Amino acid sequence: MSATFLGMPGNFPQNAAEAVQNSQLRYNLRKATHTIRGKRANVVGELPDWQELRAAGKAIKDDTLRHLDRYLLQLEEAVTRAGGHVHWARDADEANRIVTRLVQATGESEVVKVKSMATQEIGLNEALAAHGITAYETDLAELIVQLGDDFPSHILVPAIHRNRAEIREIFLDKMRPVPADLTDEPRALAEAARLHLRERFLKSKVAVSGANFMIAETGTLVVLESEGNGRMCLTLPETLISVVGIEKLLPSWRDLEVFLQLLPRSSTGERMNPYTSMWTGSAEGQDFHLVLLDNGRTNVLADEVGRQALRCIRCSACLNVCPVYERAGGHAYGSVYPGPIGAILTPQLRGMSSDLDASLPYASSLCGACYEVCPVAIDIPEVLVDLRAKVRHAPAERVGMRVAGWILNDEVRLAKAQRLATRFRKVVPKRLPGPLSAWTDTRDLPEIPEESFRDWWERNERA
Amino acid sequence: MSARDEILARVRRAVEGAPEVAIPRGYRTATQVADLVGLFAERVDDYRAVVHVLPAAEVPGKVAELVAGRRMVVPEGLPAEWRVPGAVAGDSVTELDAADGVITCCAVAIAETGTIVLDSGPGQGRRAQTLVPDYHLCVVRADQIVAGVPEAVARLDPVRPLTWISGPSATSDIELNRVEGVHGPRTLEVIIST
Amino acid sequence: MRVALFITCVNDTLFPGTGKAVVSLLRRLGCEVDFPAAQTCCGQMHVNTGYRDEGVRLARRFTEVFAGYEAVVAPSGSCAAMVREQYPKLVRQGSRGAAAIAEVAPKVYELSEFLLDVLKVDDVGAYFPHRVTYHPTCHSLRGLHLGDRPTRLLQNVRGLELVPLPAAEECCGFGGTFSVKNPAVSAAMGADKARSVLDTGAEVLCAADNSCLMHIGGTLSRQRTGVRVMHLAEILASTEEGGAQ
Repeated sequence: MSATFLGMPGNFPQNAAEAVQNSQLRYNLRKATHTIRGKRANVVGELPDWQELRAAGKAIKDDTLRHLDRYLLQLEEAVTRAGGHVHWARDADEANRIVTRLVQATGESEVVKVKSMATQEIGLNEALAAHGITAYETDLAELIVQLGDDFPSHILVPAIHRNRAEIREIFLDKMRPVPADLTDEPRALAEAARLHLRERFLKSKVAVSGANFMIAETGTLVVLESEGNGRMCLTLPETLISVVGIEKLLPSWRDLEVFLQLLPRSSTGERMNPYTSMWTGSAEGQDFHLVLLDNGRTNVLADEVGRQALRCIRCSACLNVCPVYERAGGHAYGSVYPGPIGAILTPQLRGMSSDLDASLPYASSLCGACYEVCPVAIDIPEVLVDLRAKVRHAPAERVGMRVAGWILNDEVRLAKAQRLATRFRKVVPKRLPGPLSAWTDTRDLPEIPEESFRDWWERNERA
Repeated sequence: MSARDEILARVRRAVEGAPEVAIPRGYRTATQVADLVGLFAERVDDYRAVVHVLPAAEVPGKVAELVAGRRMVVPEGLPAEWRVPGAVAGDSVTELDAADGVITCCAVAIAETGTIVLDSGPGQGRRAQTLVPDYHLCVVRADQIVAGVPEAVARLDPVRPLTWISGPSATSDIELNRVEGVHGPRTLEVIIST
Repeated sequence: MRVALFITCVNDTLFPGTGKAVVSLLRRLGCEVDFPAAQTCCGQMHVNTGYRDEGVRLARRFTEVFAGYEAVVAPSGSCAAMVREQYPKLVRQGSRGAAAIAEVAPKVYELSEFLLDVLKVDDVGAYFPHRVTYHPTCHSLRGLHLGDRPTRLLQNVRGLELVPLPAAEECCGFGGTFSVKNPAVSAAMGADKARSVLDTGAEVLCAADNSCLMHIGGTLSRQRTGVRVMHLAEILASTEEGGAQ
């Protein structure tokens, strides 16, 4: 995954503990997530067949994954026939080497980029920089992150943790040229980005993109966007290199009728995003390269429960409704994929050997709001619970849970434990020691009753 | 083993024995809309585009009025009755950048989402021609409007480069609120010819 | 009708009053209540924390203990959802365990489901002259899809003034072991839930899960808000003659 996130220290609870005390972050996230929740709910509510679309979306993706080999070959053939070039990358390094070689072959030392999760995941910008190639992010939020020397914190809106005043500060500080009288009006900030990138778009010879969908049947790639920076990158440069995860396939052209309804309404909460570009192979004489990326995806595919995470279309509806994400923010997840989907995707793609990655499956109260809004019905709580069973548990916790399991697996032992608790009910301290202090730091304990229900029943009801 | 063969082999191993999937397509594919033109106009307007609904006979006059004083890019195949004085061909990016606007037809339009789709056909130009100029005037014939996304997908040919346009360029990147006017045309004006 | 009470380990140990309320309420409505003594815990804490083996053992015990009952009533949306929604995922399809679960799970009801769907009663004859707000806990809302069942019952309680809870559908932040594994986020969510409760001006917060109420109630108590929490069963069991306890 992104070099910027590799070796991120800490773990989710520690990162989140810091984040929840950051008033600016909390305010920004609350405002943004609540805005988008309302918008999504409105446009989803407009469609009488949302659940049917969702069921179709889920099944189409499951079918794609079931026959991924066949569809990948079909795609390769169609793209090649339409004059494009297809490359295969087992992992991040291989993908970065392929893209670097392709850029070098053009003789250029600059590329413009459309926001792409896949290229963030493989740390492409850093890999290109190591070979003297500068990658310019052109999406407004990516630009804010890049100029602010910051990390992305959201799949769709990487600068969601910044408000308008902070964005103005970043622009005044780092953007050149920048209007001296720049205000924090969103319209003015967008205008500043337009001026800043205009020249670059018009003279760039090479662009790098991802894709939202690839159609196996026709070889068509699809990119949804809002600003027009995508169209600039996809159409103006002579060379276009698209790096796309192998799971981004859809079997047939017709399948777009489902996903072009599910994605915009789930992500930006619009009936349709401003611009969608579709091209097949070499369009209008462009030199087109498609890099198909595995990078751990086939491992995820091998997991019967976890593979449903590959249905994800990166809409970020799950982030926007997640009460944990809303309070912890995206950085706490230490990955380009934050939020509920990140909590199941990151540990599957990266493994769970680091402290951070092992903590991600627990970054959820299992409230189920994510599953409810997911346009492809990924049962995120189910995958979280499954990952929790695979993670290495801390020895002390393991002992505690085993003992609890032993007591609970016998009604006599349980009754004895309850009587023991009852006997000490008056001397339980208001603040508990050790790991249990995590409860009493912020909450009072309930009073332990004089007798358990089962003892009461035994005394009164059992004749 | 090549990366290609290795990835394909991994995929085959991973899904071995996985069940087949039936795809339920119970969603709407032929929606009945009483007033396609009205719904399309309303939805385009929601994106803060400018919309005019006019009888076909009045379209040339309206076009003339709107392009007056603008250096317009005119793509090949635009109906001759829309006279655009001083039109520029718009072959190079520099020419396009110097132009004030572009006038096009479209391939299909979607009422439910307020979307216009261009497929580089006659009167629609290359993709750059509708991207670089800051003003886009698009004439949509009423018979090109379909109810929903499925009907549009069925009418389109994926071999052609397609651009779906829903309102002027916009961003939701600042506090997740939509603001119009970023890199693409900042003004979208649509004439619906009835 | 003869029903088995599944008390749940949390209620059994910490909130026996809820169990007594269920017993008195069901008897008032003409049910014969049985308490199978061998019951312990549904296993949710273990399964959801990643201790599947321990959880499966408890699930097996549950299916054995409650096999053969016409109806099993639990005063907990979360534990009922565990049995109905999660148990089937713990076993291989077609196995003996799967058959045992398929037999028992559909007969497990959360209290309000049992009252409305099985007994077909929406007025249980309760009296509770207080201002109450109701929090729909996540597993009863999104797991069991209880919908408005609990509030329909509350609306028919004489003397009770039911006020809607703002942002009711948002999780309170309990989440089982989440509350101690991610205490900061849990507390932040609890603080927001407590604020929503205070905004209603209610004197009692009601829910169908004592574990969530333990978290929100613990937060309300620590802040000295003077708002108390009560399980749905306890309100429904209250009559003019006095409470259930």
